Amino acid sequence: MRPRRVFLPAILFLTSVCLPQSALRAAPDGFDQALATLLAVGPEAKGNAEASAAWKVVASADSESLVPLLEAMGEANPLALNWIRSALETIVDRDLAAGKSPSIATLGGFLFEVTQNPRARRFAFELIQRSAPNAAEKLIPGLLNDPAVELRRDAVAWLTKQAADAKTAGDEAAAGLLYEQAIRAARDVDQIKELNATLTKMGRTVDLPRHFGFLMEWKVLAPFDNTGRAGFDTVYPPETGVQLEAKYPGKNGEIGWQDLVSADPYGMVDFNKLFPDLIKEVTGYAYTEFDSAEARPAELRLGCKNAWKIWVNGKLIFGRDEYHRGARIDQYRMPIDLQKGKNTILVKLCQNEQKETWTVEWQFQLRVCDSTGTAILARNRPPTPSPDAVAKQ
Amino acid sequence: MHSRSLALLLLLAPVFPASADWPNFRGPRGTGIAEDGATGPAALTEETLAWSSDLPGRGLSSPIVVGDRVFLTCSSGPLQDRLHLICFAAADGKKLWHREYWATGRTMTHEKTCVAAPTPASDGKRVFAIYSSNDVFCTDLDGNLLWTRGLTYDYPNASNSLGMASSPVVIDDTFVAQIENDSESFAVGLDVLTGANKWKIDRPKAANWTSPVVVGPAGQEIVALQSSKGILGVVPSTGSEVWNYSEGAATMASSAAFGDIIYAPSNGLTAFKAASNGASVEQLWRQSEQRPGTGSPLVLGDKGYVINGAGVLNAIRLKDGERLWRIRLKGPFSSSPIATATHLYVFSEPGIGQCVDLTGAEGVVTSEVDLKETILGTPSLSGNAVYVRSDKHLWRFGK
Repeated sequence: MRPRRVFLPAILFLTSVCLPQSALRAAPDGFDQALATLLAVGPEAKGNAEASAAWKVVASADSESLVPLLEAMGEANPLALNWIRSALETIVDRDLAAGKSPSIATLGGFLFEVTQNPRARRFAFELIQRSAPNAAEKLIPGLLNDPAVELRRDAVAWLTKQAADAKTAGDEAAAGLLYEQAIRAARDVDQIKELNATLTKMGRTVDLPRHFGFLMEWKVLAPFDNTGRAGFDTVYPPETGVQLEAKYPGKNGEIGWQDLVSADPYGMVDFNKLFPDLIKEVTGYAYTEFDSAEARPAELRLGCKNAWKIWVNGKLIFGRDEYHRGARIDQYRMPIDLQKGKNTILVKLCQNEQKETWTVEWQFQLRVCDSTGTAILARNRPPTPSPDAVAKQ
Repeated sequence: MHSRSLALLLLLAPVFPASADWPNFRGPRGTGIAEDGATGPAALTEETLAWSSDLPGRGLSSPIVVGDRVFLTCSSGPLQDRLHLICFAAADGKKLWHREYWATGRTMTHEKTCVAAPTPASDGKRVFAIYSSNDVFCTDLDGNLLWTRGLTYDYPNASNSLGMASSPVVIDDTFVAQIENDSESFAVGLDVLTGANKWKIDRPKAANWTSPVVVGPAGQEIVALQSSKGILGVVPSTGSEVWNYSEGAATMASSAAFGDIIYAPSNGLTAFKAASNGASVEQLWRQSEQRPGTGSPLVLGDKGYVINGAGVLNAIRLKDGERLWRIRLKGPFSSSPIATATHLYVFSEPGIGQCVDLTGAEGVVTSEVDLKETILGTPSLSGNAVYVRSDKHLWRFGK
């Protein structure tokens, strides 16, 4: 049996909402097999022909099948999620058109099963919003530390409003505490940036690199050649083994590993700080070690507008040869497995030949977090570097 | 209205099967013109506004029209990863159904654009919605899901951090899409029944936002795939190369085609003839001073129309590309113009809809409407109606 965290007050509240419930009806014949067919879809249209027929069976069910379908999302790949979601919407639309509302209590029960698929839980929440908006509104504060980012966002927005109201009322102390509580809970970058700006204006400091889990301290080896963008596929020495004391023939002479510490609040690691002449058609490497407290699944999240590759513990995770089309925090999400103790992270960063002013950046921002975006901090994580200290270096 | 001009226009206007559908970006075969004798609204004014409907998210995609229904895509959410496909009644704008999906591919775009940039397509029985995340959803006209593909899920480096925007076409039983970018760049033909690859061909590794156009007579259609390298003609059912124009082309404005002649945004504007039997490409003319801006050119009867980057509408003679007249419109423009036999409709970024009467010796802007919202998407045309969308609303002009 799955562990459940049920918010009893919330369930009691939901059961008190007087709404008509759908008439119970058995799932249509073949429902389980049809659902299994939807769950079996895969890349390159695998299972699509069968799923198309199975979808009709699943979508012919009524509201009694909502929870089984929501639960099935926990077993679904991203493609199957959309098949099931579409069937759910069809069922709900048909029932609502017939004057039958889904059971809010049942949906609430599912909503508070925190181990269920986050998107399924968000879907359940939005069904409650659709059928009983007042009930949904009352649930939002309880979602502040929910493991589903999709649900937490509304609660962060709600708490931010409370903070703003306190500030408007002249209670700066309460406002500050509420804003700080909100930013601690926030996982969406836009909310974090907005809350940080507000807190900064109030004279409060937020350790953003730590909040995100950005990796700030690196060893950098550059430049190797990237003429004609050939460096992306060229295997330079760090790709076969990192030796921090070694010297190598680089593009413009002998090169060795150098320290590069970022003081950027959003963890930007800027190679141009080591090469202020804004060199072009070059390749470089950044290396760091991450001491994990336990073996666990994690995500590497990268923002980068240069071509790049990443290795973890010597294994190539992903690479992309796109230049200067834009970057943002968490642009690329890569699942990894951290091993207990030392993990090595190697980033290859290629700069191309373009000369426009918007092509000078040679940088990346990389963080380690869980699938919700919550930072995973290394045991060997040093204190967040201050801009002054980095400038002196 | 000059009756002689109108008669000439009607005489020269292409003849197509009667249909009120506007099934994909820039209408049937991607020409930007109504092929069924549609009249469009007489004017773009508050008086000709039939209805408007609220939208749940952003979008640059055009509405498409199938029968009495209008289909539109949107994207929403802090990461623009919630993908919407909505069906409206053409008559009154009532929302008939609304499906939402989760993106399986990357959703980052330049802030000016969004994930709902490509226009959906229809074969009259199904709707094919594609997004910048390279997710494709095929539904029937009632919103029942028939199949889905995640083309970035399948091919993980197929994406553009500025956003994708190429709109697909459907020819017989093949859905054709250009998934072109700096990294994993390809074009694909999918089986309309299952979404399975019928073919997949490598394309130039370069960002490209242009849309395919259809060339040639019914039953012998060729799909013209445009890129910075030029334009490749392929058989829609197999992806086999038929001809190759290799003198470069724009990566935003798409080509226009009529019959077996393509009018390409290439070195200005270049007209070339490309037969469907594998014959070589024959350049007919080139006008280097005719440079389409972001919007695509359109051809209508014996004339072509090009809006350049300065917002000037140029009318050209199709036989040699010589300019006939030009007028300055209220720009700037991200979208493409569309036209009936007598009127051209275009919407500027600031939201000014402009109706140009094409029947005189020179074009005349005969009506305007200020929608007071940013318009980046190309309008659509069906019967007496023009449809256009913003991030917030879908409007129908023509009662």
